[in-house]
Amino acid sequence: MEVEIVKGLKFHKKQDVAIVGAGMTTFKRRLLETGKELSYFAVKQALEEAGLDIKDIEMVVMGSAPDAFDGTALKGEYLLDGAGGSDRPYLRVFVGGGTGVFAPIAGYWHVASGLADVCLVVCEEKMSCCHPHPQSAFKYIWDPILDRPLKPNLIWIFALEMRRYMHVNNIRHEDIALVSVKNKANALDHPCAQVAEKITVEDVLNSEPMALPVRRLDVSPPSDGAAALIMVAPHIARQLTDEPVWVTGVGWALDTTHWTNRDLYFPRYVAEAAKMAYRMAHITDPRKQIDVAEPYDPFDYKELHHMEGLGLAKKGEAPILTREGVTARDGDLPVCPSGGLLGVGNPIAATMGVKACEIYWQLAYRAGKRQVAKEVTTGVCQAWGDLMQVGTVMVMSNKR
Amino acid sequence: MPAIVGVGYSGFNANTPDLSWKEIMYEAAVRAYEDAGIDPRKDVDSFITCAEDFYEGFAIFDEFVPDQLGAVLKPTCTVCADFLYGLATAYMQIESGLAEIAVVEAHSKASDIKTFGEVIRHAMDPIWLKGVTNAHPYYLAALEMSYYMNKYCITQEAIAEVVVKNKRNALLNDSAPYGAKLTVEYALKSPFVFYPMRKIEIAERADGAIVFVVASDEMARKITDSPVWIKGVGWWSETSNYDIMSFEARYAYKSAKMAYRMAGIENPSKEIDIAEIDDRFAFKEIQHIVALQLAGKYDVCDLMSEGYFARNGSLPVNVSGGNLGVGNLLEATGGQKALEIVIQLRGEAGRRQVDCEIGVAQAWRYIPTASGAVAVFGV
Amino acid sequence: MAVGRKKISCPPYAEGTALSERDISERRVTIFEDHPNLVYSWTAGQAMSRFLNELKNGKLIATKCEKCGRIIFPPRIYCELCYKPIDGWVYVKDTGTVQTFSISYIDPDARPLEKPVIVAVIAVDGASPNMGIMHILGEVEPEKVYIGMRVKAVWKPENEREGAITDIKYWKPWRDEND
Repeated sequence: MEVEIVKGLKFHKKQDVAIVGAGMTTFKRRLLETGKELSYFAVKQALEEAGLDIKDIEMVVMGSAPDAFDGTALKGEYLLDGAGGSDRPYLRVFVGGGTGVFAPIAGYWHVASGLADVCLVVCEEKMSCCHPHPQSAFKYIWDPILDRPLKPNLIWIFALEMRRYMHVNNIRHEDIALVSVKNKANALDHPCAQVAEKITVEDVLNSEPMALPVRRLDVSPPSDGAAALIMVAPHIARQLTDEPVWVTGVGWALDTTHWTNRDLYFPRYVAEAAKMAYRMAHITDPRKQIDVAEPYDPFDYKELHHMEGLGLAKKGEAPILTREGVTARDGDLPVCPSGGLLGVGNPIAATMGVKACEIYWQLAYRAGKRQVAKEVTTGVCQAWGDLMQVGTVMVMSNKR
Repeated sequence: MPAIVGVGYSGFNANTPDLSWKEIMYEAAVRAYEDAGIDPRKDVDSFITCAEDFYEGFAIFDEFVPDQLGAVLKPTCTVCADFLYGLATAYMQIESGLAEIAVVEAHSKASDIKTFGEVIRHAMDPIWLKGVTNAHPYYLAALEMSYYMNKYCITQEAIAEVVVKNKRNALLNDSAPYGAKLTVEYALKSPFVFYPMRKIEIAERADGAIVFVVASDEMARKITDSPVWIKGVGWWSETSNYDIMSFEARYAYKSAKMAYRMAGIENPSKEIDIAEIDDRFAFKEIQHIVALQLAGKYDVCDLMSEGYFARNGSLPVNVSGGNLGVGNLLEATGGQKALEIVIQLRGEAGRRQVDCEIGVAQAWRYIPTASGAVAVFGV
Repeated sequence: MAVGRKKISCPPYAEGTALSERDISERRVTIFEDHPNLVYSWTAGQAMSRFLNELKNGKLIATKCEKCGRIIFPPRIYCELCYKPIDGWVYVKDTGTVQTFSISYIDPDARPLEKPVIVAVIAVDGASPNMGIMHILGEVEPEKVYIGMRVKAVWKPENEREGAITDIKYWKPWRDEND
C-alpha cells in the first residue's frame, strides 16, 4: 500500500535553525541522581558549550518517554525545574521511543516559527525507578483487550519483527550480531558509555536467550540519563560561534496501531519520515549525500532495519554493508560512531545524547576520539518508537 | 496568521459506556473534517494529540492515536499537555512551514479512571509531597484557595456566584451535562469538603473529545469563508514545586501576556469581548479573570455579583457553562474553552449567542501544577 | 563564547553517580517506595464488544470496508485507510498462518520462565492478507515452528469462556484437507 505523505509543502519557515551546544550525563543502569538532577547536569553542560546562561533561554522543550518509568504522572511537570523550564514557556512532547529525535524536531519548530530565538531541548529518562524491572512499565503499552491478557514482554514484539526481517531478506543471526560487536566497541571511546566492551560474534550468539531470536547481547540495556541541546536563530548563532550546525530537514510519521496488520520486515514509518526530511533538506540520494548516520539501535537488527528505512541501504543490503566495514567509524558511511544505544545505553528519550547530539558533535568536529575518519558535511539521526509505529528523522549539515 | 477552519466534538457526558476512547475520537474527528470540508487522508499534513499517560491508563498512549484520526502513516505526535498547548504546537508547525493544514485533538475518558484521586496524587513530587498525607489531593487546591481568598478579600458569596452563573449558563448548552438552576443561598449550603472549598465548587468529571482543523493563512482563505484566526497563543510554567508556587496564577498572567503581545492587545479588559477560562475549582475562575487582566483584583468580587461576567453582562465569562457546567475534561479542558469561543465568534451559538469579535480561551494543567496556556481568537 | 573552541572533545565530562543493585536492595541509599493504586476500566467500545461476545461463541468476527475491499481483523467500526464507517460484519475462520514467531524465556517483568512460551503473529484465514493477531502457540516443539506454518485455534470449553482473548487457549499446528 502506498500512501502519499506530503503534498505540495514548500517548507517556508520564518528563520533557519542552528545548533550551538549539547550536553549529556553518563548513562548507567542505576544513578543516584533524580530525574530533575540529571536534567540539570545535561542542561549545564549544553549551556557551557554554547556559552549561554539559563537567562538567555526563551523556551524549553522536554522529551521524556513513559511516565511509568519515573513513577510520576504528568512527568513533564515534575521534571520542569530541573530542566530549566521554570518561569518560561515549557512544553513536553512524547512519541514513545521516537522522542529522542522528536524533541529536537519540536525544538526546531519553536525556532523556525519565529516564536523563540533560543530554545533549549532536554530529554530525560530514569528507568531504574520502576520495579521489579524497567520492562514492567512496558506491560502497559499493550492493547488492554487484545494483547495484555497474553502477558506479553516488550521483547516479544522485537523478536517477532527481527524474525520476519531475517526471514524475508534471508539474513543470518551472525550478520546481525556484527552490529552489536561494532557498536559496543565504538562505545569504548564514549565517556558516558554503560556497556562498552570488546566482544565477538560468538559471544552474541551464545549469550542467554531472552525471546529467540533475541539474545541478551542483541539488546541495549535499560539506563538512567539525560541529554540537552540548544537551538538558536541565525542572528544568535552568529554571535556564539563561527561554525554552527544547521538543521536542514525534519520528518516524522506514525503508522497504524494495529501492528499485527502489517508486514514487519520493512519500517515504512521510517521511510515516510525520511522522505519528508530529505525533501526538506534537498537530499535525493541519501547513500551518497549523507556522510554520517545515527539510526536508532535499541536492538542490533534495528540498526540494519532503520538503515534500510532511511534509504542508506537497499532492502536486505544493510548487513552486507556492515560485514564489509562500510559502516565502521573509518568506513565510507560511518553508522552509530557514538556506540549507539547498544554500547552507550538506552535511557529511552535521553538517547538524544547519542543520536541528535552525536550528529551535532560529529558535524562540528567536536567528537574527539569518536570523530569519524572521513570529512563530513551532512548527517542524519533517527529514532523509532511505540508499537513498531513511529519514525522520527532529523538531517543536519555544517553548511547552511 | 493560522486560522481554525473546522471544529468537531463528541460529548460531553458524565460517562460514555457505549463508546471506547477511540470511538469518541473518531466521532469528533469526522465532524471536524466535515465542518472543514477536507479529507484527512489527503489534505492534512500533521496531527497532534494532547494526552497524558496516566489519564489514559497506558504507558505510551501515542500508540493508540493514528487510526481513528485518519492519521495512519502521517506526521502525528503527542503533546503531554492541555489542548491549547496542542493548538500552540499546530501554530508553530504551520509558521515553520512544516504543515499547511494541521489537526489538533484532545479527549477525556475520565469515566474509565476508577481511582482519580490516586492518579493526581501520583503526579505529586514523590519524595516530599506525596507522602505528606493520604487525603484526596483536592486539598492542594483548597490550600491555594485559602491563601488567595485571604490575601485579596474574596468572599464566599462571590465564589458561590461563579457556581450559580456557570451552572445556569450550562442550561442553554445542550452538550453540558451539569447545568442547574441554583441560588447563591443554596450554593452556600453545600458542605465543605476541603475547607474553605465546598463540594459544589469542584467541577465533576466528564467525557468528550474535541478536534480542530487549523490551516495556514493562505490555505484558510482558500477553503473557508469564515475562518476564525488564532491571533495569539501563549503558554507558561511557573515551577514544579508546589511549595513555592505563587498561588496567584502567575502562569495564566504570563501566558496571557505572551498571547496578548502576539495579538496586539494592549488593554484586555476593553478589547476582549468574551472569555472562556478554567473554572475546575470555582475560585479559579476569579483568580484567572484577574490573571488574564480582565478585571482588577480588588474589583472582581463586586463585578461578579453585579453580573458583569454574566451571559448578558459587559464581559461574558464561561457562557458555555465552564467546567462547572460542562465538566472537568482533563486535557480536553482547553479544547472545550476554545470550541465555545470559535462557535461564538462564528455566530453559531444559538440561544447562548453573545455579540463578539475577539475572544480568549484559557486552561490550566490542573493540580498539582502551575502551568497553563492561553489562546486569543478573532474574526 | 564558543568561538575558536574547535579543539574540544564532547561530551567533555560524564556526570552522574552509578549505583549497584545492592545499593538499593540493602538500602544504602535513601529510597522512597510507593505502590500507587491506579485502576482503570476501559470501555471496550462497539467493535471490541462485539468481538469479545463472539469469542464466547467460539467465533472470530471481522469487519469489512467495501471501498478498499479489506476484511479487517481485529475489527474496528471505521476503516482507518479510507476513513469511513465500515460496511458490515463477517465471520472469519479460526485457522491461520504463522507470519512470524518467537520463543520467549522471560515473563513481563523480565524474570525467567520455567517453560518457554512460543508467541506468534497469526494471519487469520478469511481476512485480508497480513490481517493477524498476536497469540500463543501450543502442542508443538519450539524447533518445529516455522514461518508459513498452518495453525488452528484451540478454544476453552464453552462454559469456561469469559469474552476475552484468552478464550482461545493457544493455536496448534494443523493440516488443511485441501493443502
